[in-house]
Amino acid sequence: MDPYLIEAIINGILLGGVLALLALGLNLIFGVVDVVWIAYADIVMCGMYVIFFLYTEYGVPLPLACLIAIASMAAFGVVVHLLIIAPVLDSAPINQLLATGGLLFFLQSFATLLFGTDFRNIGVRLPILEIATLYISFSRLIAFVVGLIGAVALYLFLKRTYIGTAIRAVAQDREIVGLMGVDQRRIYLVTSAIGGALAGLAACLLALQYDVHPYIGNTFGPVIFMICVLGGLGNMIGGFIASFIISQIIAIGGYYSNTELSYVFAFTFFIVLMFVRPRGIFAR
Amino acid sequence: MSILRISMLVGLAILIALPVVVPPYFLHLLIQILLWAFIYTAWALMGRFGFVSFGHGAFMGVGAYVPALLWSYYDVTPWLGIPVGIALSILLAVIIGYPCFRLKVVGHYFALVTLALSQVVLLSLVAARDITGGSLGFTQKAVGHSWYALQFPDKAYFYGISVVLWLIGLYVWQRIDHGINREALEAISEDEDAAAAIGINVLREKLRVTMISAALTALGGAIYGQYIMYLNPETVSGIAVSLQIVFAVIAGGVYSLLGPTVGSLLTLSLTEGLRVWFGINFIGAANTIYGILLILCIIFMPQGIVGALQGIRFRRPQAKTAPAE
Repeated sequence: MDPYLIEAIINGILLGGVLALLALGLNLIFGVVDVVWIAYADIVMCGMYVIFFLYTEYGVPLPLACLIAIASMAAFGVVVHLLIIAPVLDSAPINQLLATGGLLFFLQSFATLLFGTDFRNIGVRLPILEIATLYISFSRLIAFVVGLIGAVALYLFLKRTYIGTAIRAVAQDREIVGLMGVDQRRIYLVTSAIGGALAGLAACLLALQYDVHPYIGNTFGPVIFMICVLGGLGNMIGGFIASFIISQIIAIGGYYSNTELSYVFAFTFFIVLMFVRPRGIFAR
Repeated sequence: MSILRISMLVGLAILIALPVVVPPYFLHLLIQILLWAFIYTAWALMGRFGFVSFGHGAFMGVGAYVPALLWSYYDVTPWLGIPVGIALSILLAVIIGYPCFRLKVVGHYFALVTLALSQVVLLSLVAARDITGGSLGFTQKAVGHSWYALQFPDKAYFYGISVVLWLIGLYVWQRIDHGINREALEAISEDEDAAAAIGINVLREKLRVTMISAALTALGGAIYGQYIMYLNPETVSGIAVSLQIVFAVIAGGVYSLLGPTVGSLLTLSLTEGLRVWFGINFIGAANTIYGILLILCIIFMPQGIVGALQGIRFRRPQAKTAPAE
């Protein structure tokens, strides 16, 4: 087999790890709060800017900068929930979608206003692994491994801890849970914080591979929604598997044609699949 | 009624007389406001019934690029190219709309499918960079003043065209608003299954309004392309344009005839005002304010500006007539 094709497939798997992490965050929020955050990828963008400025401008060590980014995005998730989501919790779903659409507009333009449209890179160059005839980027490998660890950690958190159980309970039946003595508003806040933290973690991983600019959210945002919808909105395992399907389409499509067309394939695949299985691949 | 009619005629007369008085810069602004108002009105045809499409960037992109490419590469007159673009847009609307409506893909799911559609068109335009110039954009072949090529260096012509388009948009909106289908569509937006149970052909009603909306959006995109003469995938299609359309309509008011127009007037004056005020140092200032306004509108004024104003005006007479029953 052509080594470039194998490389493309491996890169696809590695990309899938980061996408899976993002899809998990979005799915968690959807499953629990029942709102789709259209601006989720733009929160990742904010996290990338935090890392960029802390690391390059203020000389904060990279691991610390990453931790600060994760913490501040968790706080940001809470702020977004309190200011934007909480007031529209009882409105039509489409109004909620539009409110977060407003947030997307705001974040992208505000970033343009503050930082301009320059592409900025944190300038960390990790080595490239050479295995036989294959070249694999180390930063992608890290992203994949950390993405998987994040996913497993989230799974354990939801399964093993009290608050995790409460979060799953809210996702199952938001009315009854109140009767069981769970404070829904607190669960919403915790969920938004975890969603924000996952976006912050994804920002750390993406900052190693990509330049940050105000519109980077547009590169990932639509792909992440697609993955979540494919897996079934709110279905975390479905979203996890769908991330790898979509990332393979993008990677192999990119090998046979070019980047834009590979995304066209992925989106077309999504549209067609929506008609075959409107509630996601794994819907019963 | 007669006062309304007179004020409408006076308003129209002022609109027609404007190009004589107004300097070219403001004329340029007015043309853009009217063209976008037309596109926004086309979106509102669907949006008011709760079919929120994030795919109108796709229809606009197809409508704008097809005539421009046909003219620049094959010397096909836009008089032929524009109908081809509209036809392709309608086809696209059917390809997406038919399965969606058939399989009851609604709400979030419909919004996200149409979002994917607008990304497909955007990325295809970028990918076909040998023909379309990709992200660098595409400049039409200019021939000066020509009815055949639908190119007029004198802005007054395009002003006239955009006034006519705008009026067509309002007319179609009014027709649907007063027609029997409106009741059917409102029933569908409330509850599809119940609507089907009382004998409404849900699929046909939804598909029809989607096709009309897509056709008008494509027409708006085509004229916009003819006027600006420069097309860029980012400015005529994709998620940004789709969101811009949705935002302006929601801000203006999706349930009222003049809502989309007010939205267009508001957003474009805001962009231009901030641009002139701050200069280019504050790129993004206008959109930052849009974003905040959109969030505030959704939270406090889901009916939009015109809707909120109408609510104030209509509440009084209703209170008077109600006890008479």
